[in-house]
Amino acid sequence: MAENKIKSSEITPENVYLNRRNFMKAGLIAGTTFATGLAYRFFNQPPPPEVETAKIETVKPAETPLPETDKPNSVKEITNYNNFYEFSTNKSSVAEYAKDFVTRPWTVEVGGLVQKPKTFDIEELLKIEQEERIYRFRCVEGWSMVIPWVGFPLKKLLDKVEPLGTAKYVAFETYYNKKQMPYASYAGIDFPYVEGLRLDEANHNLTILATGLYGKQMPNQNGAPIRLVVPWKYGFKSIKSVVKITLTDSEPPTTWNIAIPNEYGFYSNVNPNVSHPRWSQATEQRIGEYTRRKTLLFNGYADEVASLYEGMDLRKYF
Amino acid sequence: MQDIKFNKILISLNAFVPLILFTWDGFRGNLGTNPIEFFLRTTGVLTLIFLLITLSVTPLRKIFGWNSLVKYRRMLGLYAFFYGTLHLITYSIFDKSLSLSAIVSDTFQRPFILVGMLAFILMIPLAATSTNAMIKRLGKGWGKLHKLTYLVAIGGVLHFYLIVKSDTFYPLIFGLILAVLLGYRYYHPNNQKSIKSVETN
Repeated sequence: MAENKIKSSEITPENVYLNRRNFMKAGLIAGTTFATGLAYRFFNQPPPPEVETAKIETVKPAETPLPETDKPNSVKEITNYNNFYEFSTNKSSVAEYAKDFVTRPWTVEVGGLVQKPKTFDIEELLKIEQEERIYRFRCVEGWSMVIPWVGFPLKKLLDKVEPLGTAKYVAFETYYNKKQMPYASYAGIDFPYVEGLRLDEANHNLTILATGLYGKQMPNQNGAPIRLVVPWKYGFKSIKSVVKITLTDSEPPTTWNIAIPNEYGFYSNVNPNVSHPRWSQATEQRIGEYTRRKTLLFNGYADEVASLYEGMDLRKYF
Repeated sequence: MQDIKFNKILISLNAFVPLILFTWDGFRGNLGTNPIEFFLRTTGVLTLIFLLITLSVTPLRKIFGWNSLVKYRRMLGLYAFFYGTLHLITYSIFDKSLSLSAIVSDTFQRPFILVGMLAFILMIPLAATSTNAMIKRLGKGWGKLHKLTYLVAIGGVLHFYLIVKSDTFYPLIFGLILAVLLGYRYYHPNNQKSIKSVETN
């Protein structure tokens, strides 16, 4: 009996010891899994709350609705999956990093080979009749969306400045300011971002300057306050947050072509038959879908635009 | 702690945290705009992370004398294989609709796919020979065979570098860590008397 008592008193400290060990183990499990979870969250942040933009008062409804199979993507999808390298190279982070982007006052300088060069205030451009254009949008990376843009044909603006007969191309430039775009230096491409079109492409009725989507002014991450949309070309041609438009007589330099010339051409028409050197362009993933669809020549706008490229070797002029 | 069993559970729990959170986000419809791309990238990055952790075991043992770390190396390597397999399955289903011919032609047309595929294929014999029985059967050859891990990691990081469009920040971070881990081995080669480096418990 006496011996037993002594033994049990010896066991007690061991119990305490074991409890302490278990406590430490629980702590380690909780602590490390929490840290791992935080690391995971850091790379997968939930989308920021949607930033409301002003309604665009009068919008002429879209004339030609898209087929049933092309349902517009949601605002959430359109505003949380953006390639806007000035803000971030992570498509899911652009919304967050662009939320404080100041886009007023804003002017667009239109000049070069024109009769009447002019710097337009954004408010003036917003007074041009605004139309809804529901377009397919195909990114060179192999994904696509359907976006109900609001805007006006670029031709309406070009007509105001009266291009000279010598003008053959149109060059575009994006706003660039390191203070507003602190992560731009990580992007690996040169800024300001520049793009270009042939004059006949620029004057095509499908080519618009978009000032909004879903009937509201353009969200920052989608290229506020005004951007180009060329629906039959890969998305990177549709330059965002435009500040300068210049008519030229020679093919203007374009950002991705400067960065990697053999991968991104001047034309960059959507073409399932011409692969990007690193990936196929034959199919695309429509955001919101889980199987890939076939990519259409000129993104499905061949009837409207194929004649622009008659007689051209689209493999050479990719 | 020297409690090996517990430490293995601890590693496993942490290894599954990303998968659990992904499933949780999935149920709440919170996987972002392109869940497929997200899962593909996450599993790829996790494969590289586990490869680099696996390769850091030997330098850590030699520098700090933490020899017990070797007991967790097999497990870490197998988690790399696990996430690499998920990565390949995701690509095969969602990118290639499970068409073998499409996968084969993609592999031979796209250098970055080829490099990734080779790295994955090299992981198969490593995973297959990770059992105690195989370690004993292969003897000295086991160590030689498992040096393939270096090639797997180089291929994995190169695969990552080749796919990004212009922002090479993360691939270069992985490349830098890998260079340090392989560089250490180059300057501190294993001598014959080094501590038994294979876990057989």
